Amino acid sequence: MWDYSEKVMDHYRNPRNVGSIDDADAIGVAGSLTCGDQLKIYLKIKDNIVTDAKFQTFGCGSAVASSSILTEMIIGKSVDEVRKITNKDIADELGGLPPEKMHCSVMGYEALEDALKNYKADGYVDLDEILDEHYGTNKKEKIICTCFQITENIIWDAIKQNGLKTVEEVTNYTKAGGACGKCKAVIQDMIDTYYQKQKNEIDKLTPTQWILKVNNVIETQISPELQKDGGDIELVDIKNKSIYVKLKGRCSGCKNSTMTLKNFAEKILQDSLGTDVTLIEVK
Amino acid sequence: MDKKIVYLDNNATTKVDEKVLEAMLPYLKEEYANPSSMYDFAKKSSNAIKEARVKIRDFVNAKDEKEIIFTSCGSESANTAIRGVLNYNKNKKHIITTKVEHPCVLNLYQALEKQGYQVDYIGVNSNGELNLEELEAAIDENTALVSVMWANNETGVINPIGKISEIIKSKNKDTKFFVDAVQVAGKIPIDVQENGIDLLGISGHKFHAPKGVGALYVNSKTMITPLIIGGHQEKGKRAGTENTPYIVAIGKAAELAQEGLQYEMTEVKRLRDKLETNILKKIYNARINTGIANRVPNTTNIGFEYIEGELILLHLSDLGICASSGSACTSGSLEPSHVLRAMNVPFTAIHGSIRWSLSRFTTEEEIDYVIDKLPGIIEKVTSISPYQKELQALKALRNN
Repeated sequence: MWDYSEKVMDHYRNPRNVGSIDDADAIGVAGSLTCGDQLKIYLKIKDNIVTDAKFQTFGCGSAVASSSILTEMIIGKSVDEVRKITNKDIADELGGLPPEKMHCSVMGYEALEDALKNYKADGYVDLDEILDEHYGTNKKEKIICTCFQITENIIWDAIKQNGLKTVEEVTNYTKAGGACGKCKAVIQDMIDTYYQKQKNEIDKLTPTQWILKVNNVIETQISPELQKDGGDIELVDIKNKSIYVKLKGRCSGCKNSTMTLKNFAEKILQDSLGTDVTLIEVK
Repeated sequence: MDKKIVYLDNNATTKVDEKVLEAMLPYLKEEYANPSSMYDFAKKSSNAIKEARVKIRDFVNAKDEKEIIFTSCGSESANTAIRGVLNYNKNKKHIITTKVEHPCVLNLYQALEKQGYQVDYIGVNSNGELNLEELEAAIDENTALVSVMWANNETGVINPIGKISEIIKSKNKDTKFFVDAVQVAGKIPIDVQENGIDLLGISGHKFHAPKGVGALYVNSKTMITPLIIGGHQEKGKRAGTENTPYIVAIGKAAELAQEGLQYEMTEVKRLRDKLETNILKKIYNARINTGIANRVPNTTNIGFEYIEGELILLHLSDLGICASSGSACTSGSLEPSHVLRAMNVPFTAIHGSIRWSLSRFTTEEEIDYVIDKLPGIIEKVTSISPYQKELQALKALRNN
């Protein structure tokens, strides 16, 4: 039995905005019958605002919940705002999904992306044409997982948006590698390439850019979390990859401060800045 | 709210029969002696195990109770049988099984394949029936063992075990035959002598004993190397202090199952058929995945086209109805059931396939409740499917 959140259960029990829109301004499709889940999303757009959204889903409880909540998230928003929505936003809005079910949120993101790609401000939308392109054999994008027809771009997006680090995580999020497993080596290469690229970019930074980057991570990702518990963190000094910080507020006297530092703060820094970063506490 | 439970997942596990519980309780309380001990206090435990062994002997119609070994579960029975035969005679390196076996056999065969065994996996037709010609062709002088399940856990399809044994022995009389009988125990008669079976495994919790006990039949002409090495218990074929209460339980459960066989084959079958017929009558996008294949009386596997199984199960669960699905989503494996894939069940139906399995405790009222509630659920799930065009075409076709 999956451990679904209340919100997921509410949405598969009472899905919102089910159906199709005959004169839709944009239609997106993701997944297929063979893969075991498919989502079609229909958008009505006026003056750059999504005025209506409907969906049809063939899939499990979390697939229906992801589709349903996505329609709620986009109605009333501008096309530019809608473009910024990621699969993580969908999963977060649902109060989280089991790891093995994250691919359902990715399917929502893919269908939305597909719809916006096909969107022409005053154009006519032909669903058959979209479906032809969706199932077409001469797809321009490179397919990585042939079992589930997962493209390179879908995998890149999932790694980037969710900070995926292992092949198993990529499978949970995109299904790629979940059947015959032949593409697992390619996926591993993609993960390695992505983090190598991230590391190269960091290595190219000037000392000032590096300090700003470190400070940015501390201020936007670590500090707000500690503040929730009445504590805080301050950047004291940076020597190459060693980052010196001081814990403040409740954190300073907390006997778990070393744990906070190593398990939480250092991990976040490493996720964003590379695994060779160490965090050192200054008392 | 106190939700009524309608339990139609008896191929997964069953409720413990009150009479079984009653029989085993003394051995969880006052009769706790180790049955191997010398004193009189141990006599009752040791006699209880003897009695249980006789009951299992009669249940499978073995010649001698010495041919019965108690184990902890169906998987242990299968592992003891398969590894036991192969380890006893390491010269032959070819083994055969089917593509639709339970994972306890299939995954073991895959592990053996990695260790250097040559393996043939025999296929099935679209009804789930084994390809006997393929099996016959696969057997040669180097074949050490053939494993075939008596009935499939997902579809209930029965394999002609007697005929399979004849085929095996006519091609190579030294080839051993293991039968995973977990899904037939208590549903159809088991006769190891009549069907020419060398080894046969059963599991208590599939016929109203508790989880954690199984049995293995090894005929007196078949030698095995034990899997669990230790004391002298089970004639050295399975070490470990005897689990007296659970052994008593499986013995009692076997006795009750034997008594209930007729009821199972007539009354349980009637209820299963009633469920099946009504689903087909009321739901246009339903199909029986096994066609006209011969099945155990309690099981039906029904595919609902263009919709997904987990969502159906979640809605059923909201009404207290328990069934299971071959869909990928329920297992988290991403791929639908290996059994339904081996049968080439169409992709339109494979993800929406639901297994219903009854027991002697299933009532007519429960079946009527499902018949009443299911069409609404299927309609609700169908209404959000993106395949409306295909569904309309299917509806027109079925209504003609």
